Amino acid sequence: MTNLLPAVSRRWVAVWQRIYLAWRKVALGSLMYSTIEPLLYMLGMGYGLGKLVGELNGLPYIVFVATGSICFSAYMGASFEALYSAFARMHIQRTWEGILNAPVSLDDILFAEWVFAACKAAMAGTFYLIAMALMGLVKTPLALLTLPVLFLVGLCAAGIALAVTSQAKSYDFFSYFITLAVTPMSLLCDVFFPIAQMPAAVQWFANVLPLTHAVAIVRPLLTGQWPVGIALHALVLFSYGAIGFIIATRLMRKRILG
Amino acid sequence: MSVLKLEAVHKRFGEREVVRGLSLTVERGACFGLLGPNGAGKTTTLKMCLGLSTPSAGRINLLGHVLPKEAVEARKRVGVVPQFDNLDPDFTCAENLLVWGRYFGLSDASTRKKTADILEFAGLIGRDDTPVQQLSGGMKRRLTLARALINDPEFLVLDEPTTGLDPQARHLIWDRLKELTRRGVTILITTHFMDEAERLCTQLAVIDRGQRIALGTPRELIANTSEPEVIEVYGDGLAFARTAAAAFSARIEQSGETLFCYTADARALMQALAQLKDIRTLHRPANLEDVFIKLTGRELRD
Repeated sequence: MTNLLPAVSRRWVAVWQRIYLAWRKVALGSLMYSTIEPLLYMLGMGYGLGKLVGELNGLPYIVFVATGSICFSAYMGASFEALYSAFARMHIQRTWEGILNAPVSLDDILFAEWVFAACKAAMAGTFYLIAMALMGLVKTPLALLTLPVLFLVGLCAAGIALAVTSQAKSYDFFSYFITLAVTPMSLLCDVFFPIAQMPAAVQWFANVLPLTHAVAIVRPLLTGQWPVGIALHALVLFSYGAIGFIIATRLMRKRILG
Repeated sequence: MSVLKLEAVHKRFGEREVVRGLSLTVERGACFGLLGPNGAGKTTTLKMCLGLSTPSAGRINLLGHVLPKEAVEARKRVGVVPQFDNLDPDFTCAENLLVWGRYFGLSDASTRKKTADILEFAGLIGRDDTPVQQLSGGMKRRLTLARALINDPEFLVLDEPTTGLDPQARHLIWDRLKELTRRGVTILITTHFMDEAERLCTQLAVIDRGQRIALGTPRELIANTSEPEVIEVYGDGLAFARTAAAAFSARIEQSGETLFCYTADARALMQALAQLKDIRTLHRPANLEDVFIKLTGRELRD
């Protein structure tokens, strides 16, 4: 318990399997949502607004939007999982409390939650990719590399979100976080609006936010280019996620184990 | 050899000290009952015994492992039936066991092999594919017990296992716990039901305000704490009864509309009361409930 860093054993896999099995039971509804949502975004923003905008940075606007919002969708998916669903398992259903009676540590549980949320991000990305492919918006094999990147985006989002969950008393708490710290990234981080057109101060701020770095890797990959500075962008994403997760572990230990 | 040993354990939450210098030893093969009013520190104590809460001071050893440092290692050989059901509501009975087995590192195949036997033991034959949501309260409790047995534990910890159950369901749980004791499983149980404690437990500790206030077998506790016989008196003539009983009772208590007369000589007391009208009497041997009330008082606890 005195470990500063999370101490994870192989038992985390068993917890991951538990979350997965529960998810599979409701997967159909969840899958519908995961496919319809990106299609609506692309059709609405891409074709609707695209008529007015034309091309951006040499890309049709619908491609610009799709390659940005795939990242945002992954980020949101992982955040929701690590906020609402993890909170339900921690507080409402008391699933964690049950698991802790078995030879599984709190760190194992948290690691499983973290990885599962990231898997959901990658899965949201998969559906987005399928939708894009069906619409003929993605043609390069590099596109497949976005899946591990979106997993990383999920680790980033979920690490931060788990730290937030550790302080939550009810679901209401999450609305503030989503409204103030997640949704604004869709406006600032090159998702719908190009970052280059923003004032310098906003650009500087946007470059600190994790989603900007996600888009900086994913958009080139989906349009057939190798991303410039990919290692740095990936490092930023991983750092956010890992630091968030370490903080989450410490706060959760205090909350759950007293 | 002891299975669980607490030495001078304290637990503070800020200013509040919930456990104050508690020492307990659960010997192998015992069915050890932990009794105490609400807020006595039972749940906190159980959490510390499983390494899920760190004592502010004192030492705890579970199955040869120092807690909370080696808690995960120790819990491999422990089964737990928590106070609140935390079965997975979306899963079937068999899936609950499968998932639980994985937490102990059991292969799916070996859990599946055990499933039928364990469900049968818990009175849930053929319920493999029944979703938990369709089970009654008693069945859920039994499934929780079944789940706690998946790793063939040497030590079983139960926190109020029969609260909220009907008499049939309680008797079934008791039968199963006795059977487990026969098989050599050591048990630690908390309960508010004194008849349950008297029936099941070989050792009892009463705790209140975080301290142990009594320890012994049920018989020892009754013999050492209470007069052997009790006459309960009901009816309109309680005031007269109290006066009449005073000379023949070691101690008299009134709770609402009932008079409790504790005595070593029930015959003389009964004779004295027989002359009074407007009362009804019940003569019985002293039981654990009398002990519990004497030790912890009649006031309501929150």
